[in-house]
Amino acid sequence: MTGHYLVLSAILFTIGGVGVLIRRNAIVIFMCVELMLNATNLAFVSFSRMHGTLDGQIIAFFVMVVAAAEVVVGLAIIMAIFRSRKSSSVDDANLLKY
Amino acid sequence: MTPGIIAAADIPAPHLEYGRLAPILIVLGAASVGVLIEAFAPREYRYWAQVQVALLGLVGAFAWTIALSMSGTPHHVAAMGAIGIDGPTLFIQGTILVLALLSLLLVAERRHEASPFTAQASSVPGSAEERESLVAGITQTEVFPLLLFAVGGMLIFPAANDLLTMFVALEVLSLPLYLLCGLARRRRLLSQEAAVKYFLLGAFSSAFFLYGTALLYGYAGSVRLSDISAAISKQAGGEPLLLAGVALLSVGLLFKMGAVPFHVWKPDVYQGAPTAITALMASCTLVSAVGGILRVFYVGFETLRWDWRPMMWAVAILTMLVGAIVAITQTDVKRMLAYSSVAHGGFLLTGVIATNKAGLSGTLFYLAAYGFTTVGAFAVITMVRDAGGEAGHLSRWAGLGKREPLLAGTFALFLLAFAGIPLTSGFTGKFAVFQAAVAGGATPLVIVGVLSSAIAAFFYVRVIVLMFFSDPAADGPAVVFSPTSTAAVAVGALVTVVLGVIPGPALHLAQSAANQLFVR
Repeated sequence: MTGHYLVLSAILFTIGGVGVLIRRNAIVIFMCVELMLNATNLAFVSFSRMHGTLDGQIIAFFVMVVAAAEVVVGLAIIMAIFRSRKSSSVDDANLLKY
Repeated sequence: MTPGIIAAADIPAPHLEYGRLAPILIVLGAASVGVLIEAFAPREYRYWAQVQVALLGLVGAFAWTIALSMSGTPHHVAAMGAIGIDGPTLFIQGTILVLALLSLLLVAERRHEASPFTAQASSVPGSAEERESLVAGITQTEVFPLLLFAVGGMLIFPAANDLLTMFVALEVLSLPLYLLCGLARRRRLLSQEAAVKYFLLGAFSSAFFLYGTALLYGYAGSVRLSDISAAISKQAGGEPLLLAGVALLSVGLLFKMGAVPFHVWKPDVYQGAPTAITALMASCTLVSAVGGILRVFYVGFETLRWDWRPMMWAVAILTMLVGAIVAITQTDVKRMLAYSSVAHGGFLLTGVIATNKAGLSGTLFYLAAYGFTTVGAFAVITMVRDAGGEAGHLSRWAGLGKREPLLAGTFALFLLAFAGIPLTSGFTGKFAVFQAAVAGGATPLVIVGVLSSAIAAFFYVRVIVLMFFSDPAADGPAVVFSPTSTAAVAVGALVTVVLGVIPGPALHLAQSAANQLFVR
């Protein structure tokens, strides 16, 4: 039964990964990264159930805390660039290249 | 009896070896003091208070690291096995602390009472608000605690003995760096763009690192590196989980060191970030990331090396060649050094692939040698200035050798060390890792390494020719000396020469550090 959760977590992780690659809005890209982190949490909890150990569930809490810290930093940076460019599209951030 | 009391009785309090963890704790403690200063001290005292706290924290942590390595044989696990304190780790931590001190000199410098950081990160570039904060002469002092937190993460990263600690350390070192990248005083749009790119790609790669951790947890039932290694030896089955886990974990690790194909962030971020922060990233972050890679591949996956070696071979070859070839076409000096740093990452990987003691000691020596040279080189870049800030474009450097022979000569020395010319530290480092790689059966890799060194020498020498054999422009950049950045350049140059001319003591130190291998 836990196998299904692992498949779901892999699907969510892939959706997140593809989203990062094809979306253009920095906020949406960031949301896709968060989706990937949550897919990881699901995998940790499922493996924890499979092995009968608590480690995976504890790790999930650590990941949530780290993800929350990442949101703070990430939104601050995206906010700063939005204020100066009036756009949060990653295509507009093109001063640095090659 | 309530369930809470039962649970509390069941969990024993973890035993922490404060003495062994002290270097990490001192740096993180100094960072916390910095936050308090930011909150409570009046603005006019903050700068000096922050500089002193940061200096004291880094020097204290370094002194403690030396004391730890002198005290018998440091080969311990600490914090219930989550942190490994051993020879290679202490060498890496000591290197990071010294390089962070040099970078701190660049971060703390104030030319004409102006720091290299924006007064207010939240103000829109070119707005009235920004001008007001500039006129008010506000100095950004939050960079000091941010820098210390990043250095704290960098100290934990190569010491982490389980993948969860490593992930937390990765984020602790990355999050402050994302912010620091966006704080440049000049060319703020470039700086903010660098921060966004670094943040989005960094978060993406850490998600890969984490999913790899999850798969390895599924395989071994533990995230401890020694348990994973034991599970691999037992060949318990579940190979696909293991291989996928190793691959995803490697993506996260290789991204941090900027190996091809995960290098695309490096030139953009190195160019856009304030140069003092670029110096920190190019030296300390690289040392820390390679230290983490060494530990994961030497402790966790050592028994699996016939499976991961082909992958690392491909990555190392691509990294060396792409770094050297793309650097030729660069016109911005920071961008050129970023691609040079990518190529050097490839040379370091040849030492990792050797998976023998010589490979470990060679990589350690290379890290220290490259770190000092790169901090010195970026310190020179902060001194060559136009009206609009640093003179980034290479054409502006033409004829610098005729106007400022000493500074241009020092920069030429750093470039020759990057190229690996004998009598500089770069030669000794390359020789050490290539020798280890040949002994480890990776001769083709060494041939590619020598070839790409030859390609790289071309663009290093081209800059030297540009500086010394072309005429200076009439409105060329001015060289602005300041005591702190001059000190950073001097230390960088001194170490580059000393490690090249008399490499014996430092090589011996790296060898005795590597002799203990990593604690499991």
